[in-house]
Amino acid sequence: MSEEIIKDVIIGENEEYIINMGPQHPSTHGVLRFEVCLQGETVKYLIPHIGYIHRGIEKMCEAITYPQIIHLTDRMDYLSAHINNEAVCLCVENALQIEVPERVKYIRTILAELNRIASHQLWWSAFGMDLGALTTFFYGLRDREKILDIFEESFGSRLLHSFIMPGGLMHDVHPNFQKRIKEFIAYFRKKLPEYDQLLTGNIIFQNRSKGIGLMSRETAIAYGVTGPSGRGSGWSCDIRKIAPYSAYDKVQFNEMLETEGDTFARYKVRMREMWESMNILEQLVDNIPEGDYTAKMKPIIKLPVGEYFQRVETARGELAVYIVSDGNKTPYRIKFRTPNFSNLFVMNKITSGYKIADLVAVSGSLDLVIPDIDR
Amino acid sequence: MLNREELSKIVLELVPEAEIPEGTQYPEAIIPAEKLVELTEKLKSDKRTQFDYLISHTAVDFLTHFTAVYHLDSTEFRHLLVLKVKIEERENPEIDSLTGLFPTCEFFEREVFDLFGIKYKNHPNLKRLFLEDDYGFPLRKDFRDEVNIIER
Amino acid sequence: MSSNLYDFSTLTSSIHEWLSGFMSAGWVVFTELVLIGLLFLLFFALLGLFLVYLERKVCAIMQNRVGPNRVGKWGLLQTIADLIKLLIKELIPIRKSDKFLFNLAPFIVIIASLMAMAALPFAKGLQAIDFNIGVFYIMAVSSLGVVGILLAGWASNSKYSIIGAMRSGAQIVSYELSVGLSLMAIVIFSGSMQLSTIIESQANGWWIFKGHIPAFIAFVVFLVASTAEINRGPFDLAEAESELTAGFHTEYSGIKFAFFFLAEYINMFIVAALAATIFLGGWMPFHIGSWEGFNHIMDFVPPIVWFFLKTFFIIYIIMWFKWTFPRLRIDQLLTLEWKYLLPISLVNIVFIAFLVLMGWHF
Repeated sequence: MSEEIIKDVIIGENEEYIINMGPQHPSTHGVLRFEVCLQGETVKYLIPHIGYIHRGIEKMCEAITYPQIIHLTDRMDYLSAHINNEAVCLCVENALQIEVPERVKYIRTILAELNRIASHQLWWSAFGMDLGALTTFFYGLRDREKILDIFEESFGSRLLHSFIMPGGLMHDVHPNFQKRIKEFIAYFRKKLPEYDQLLTGNIIFQNRSKGIGLMSRETAIAYGVTGPSGRGSGWSCDIRKIAPYSAYDKVQFNEMLETEGDTFARYKVRMREMWESMNILEQLVDNIPEGDYTAKMKPIIKLPVGEYFQRVETARGELAVYIVSDGNKTPYRIKFRTPNFSNLFVMNKITSGYKIADLVAVSGSLDLVIPDIDR
Repeated sequence: MLNREELSKIVLELVPEAEIPEGTQYPEAIIPAEKLVELTEKLKSDKRTQFDYLISHTAVDFLTHFTAVYHLDSTEFRHLLVLKVKIEERENPEIDSLTGLFPTCEFFEREVFDLFGIKYKNHPNLKRLFLEDDYGFPLRKDFRDEVNIIER
Repeated sequence: MSSNLYDFSTLTSSIHEWLSGFMSAGWVVFTELVLIGLLFLLFFALLGLFLVYLERKVCAIMQNRVGPNRVGKWGLLQTIADLIKLLIKELIPIRKSDKFLFNLAPFIVIIASLMAMAALPFAKGLQAIDFNIGVFYIMAVSSLGVVGILLAGWASNSKYSIIGAMRSGAQIVSYELSVGLSLMAIVIFSGSMQLSTIIESQANGWWIFKGHIPAFIAFVVFLVASTAEINRGPFDLAEAESELTAGFHTEYSGIKFAFFFLAEYINMFIVAALAATIFLGGWMPFHIGSWEGFNHIMDFVPPIVWFFLKTFFIIYIIMWFKWTFPRLRIDQLLTLEWKYLLPISLVNIVFIAFLVLMGWHF
């Protein structure tokens, strides 16, 4: 190999070893590119490059009506589609001063928690894969399938539901809904300890994740890292507790906090959240009140002039919807403050100085969903 | 947790020329652009308010002017304040960057720069985030793209 | 004696005599070499295919799946179909690569593992060459493979490849020590480096039982270190697909990729066969003390069956590792070797030398 090639290809301008992780790389979980500067195996700094799947959802929303927007929000964080739908619906209902029926609130909360469990299951599967434990993927997906079956039975779709509509739900849930959820809880309570047996207690896994990607509470707040990632640093940022919406004020649940702030803490938060979500489900599933599945809505939804802001807790953190309305049936401006957008940019701060393998572990522990960043 | 009146009082105390609109969902203050950094810094360090978490920052194009919107939260008291800054200039809009106070703002500002073309003074790395360098600013209301966007 | 029942040396010597009947001595040797070479190549290919199939089935069991089950009975022909696919695939040329080294690397890797195969005793008398330094030869030859891996990484002119190759170099060079020292334990016990002698010395009991705890420690160290030496999970850092996409063979395609793939599985077989030979008595049947009847029945199982049973047992354990453990990080990998395995093996050797000196083993 000639000297020239070595200089051109292997070593960058400032004699730095720069590698591009992504946009097609097994561990970036989507079309995301990290420009990583290495010194040996150690990461010196990292620059995230995004925008590969920027679809301009915010611009598209300015041309479509509110019920149509629901369908676009599915495509942001596709793993917590219900919660994204709920955010827009809550914002619209808040603007219209509509009180939705109790039944709707309960079902929305149940769906959100089911969605949270499904999302965490997929995260667990993929996180194991990132660390090289390939079997986790099949354990996680095996159990996620049960939740997707519940979704499929009730509203026909498994991933992008668009089931929650302004004012209520698209239609009523399937008669089997409660029975299936109870079956699922009984099933998953038996299966979740398997996750711990397979991965949590493994000494290699603990060595790979403890003390890696340390993020202090101050860093988490400064960079706006919310959700389980922020709570792993000891920042209590659960919107379900801070500003309860839907039926969260009617259930007893704990906010999961870990103070270490490393990859393992973020892992533990998510594992414990799955248990807690099952507790929430158990409290709600037997008490779904009878009633309408939707409030009385006008066929064309026009928001009064003004600005509306709604925060919800998705599986990955705080999703905020900001709508500026000029009184038309389409929003004048809509802004989604998505959790992954803020969570991504803390990567440089918490990975520099660690090994390249840790970079994969940390990005896995932040649980990034790329369409949510790009929108 | 401070209520609307108390928050308005503190903001007016710090910036007397602030405008406090009524009937909004959250406490809100419209402040002059040159006071932005000073006010947020005080709100962040003030023991009564402690606005240390910037939930989101965005901008809205009203054709006559831009409005930069900041949603501030306090992790201690859990009160929420919306700060707004009007930017009258359309050709070359400029505003101070809050990156020094909230590192997360660096990327919200890059996004706003990308989609609205608002420039931030003292921003460490003001480059486009999503789009190519020669693309227009799509979230401006007068943006037209004959090729990619079909008007209805 | 029934252990002579399945002696292959009568077969091999009769072939030799038959050939000598109508050829000069030089031609006999040449013909025998060609015959053995062809046999090994055939065995090599079939074994590779079967091991890939086995890995996919074992992996499927670990992951609650069925595994390949469409092509042929129980999916047995799946790997053959894969091989055909790999053969007709395009070989993508890399523009700025070093063409000669790039093409040479897969051959070095595969030749190294083929050479190691020559010294393995499959059954009594069924061994290509019975070196008097057999253990040493296998160790020396099997570490040649790293040259091929380093060449592959360097010649691909890809950043991921070179990281993978460097990791692999560091890893194999380190773990070679522990592999050597743990084999040395049994060499001290048996007093020979010749594989056939080591097996004969286990006629009254396998070394893992006869050698007390030190032999067991040596066995565990060998298992861990050799798993690392053949670049398999949880030590598959050289190709760590979640970090380096595919490590040193990122840029390879088609049959050249298949060579790396095949060599990895053959290496796994060699390591398992070596462990079975050294620690588990090779083709020696399983005997329990003075149970004459039981021992007699065991003697009727052909030695080649014993050999493959033991080898595949070890292979299963190695596969089990891969599909349940997460991958180590490079610094943890080296820490494990230099701070734990190497001191343990060194102390172990001293201990064994003491045991042998005092004659305390069986």
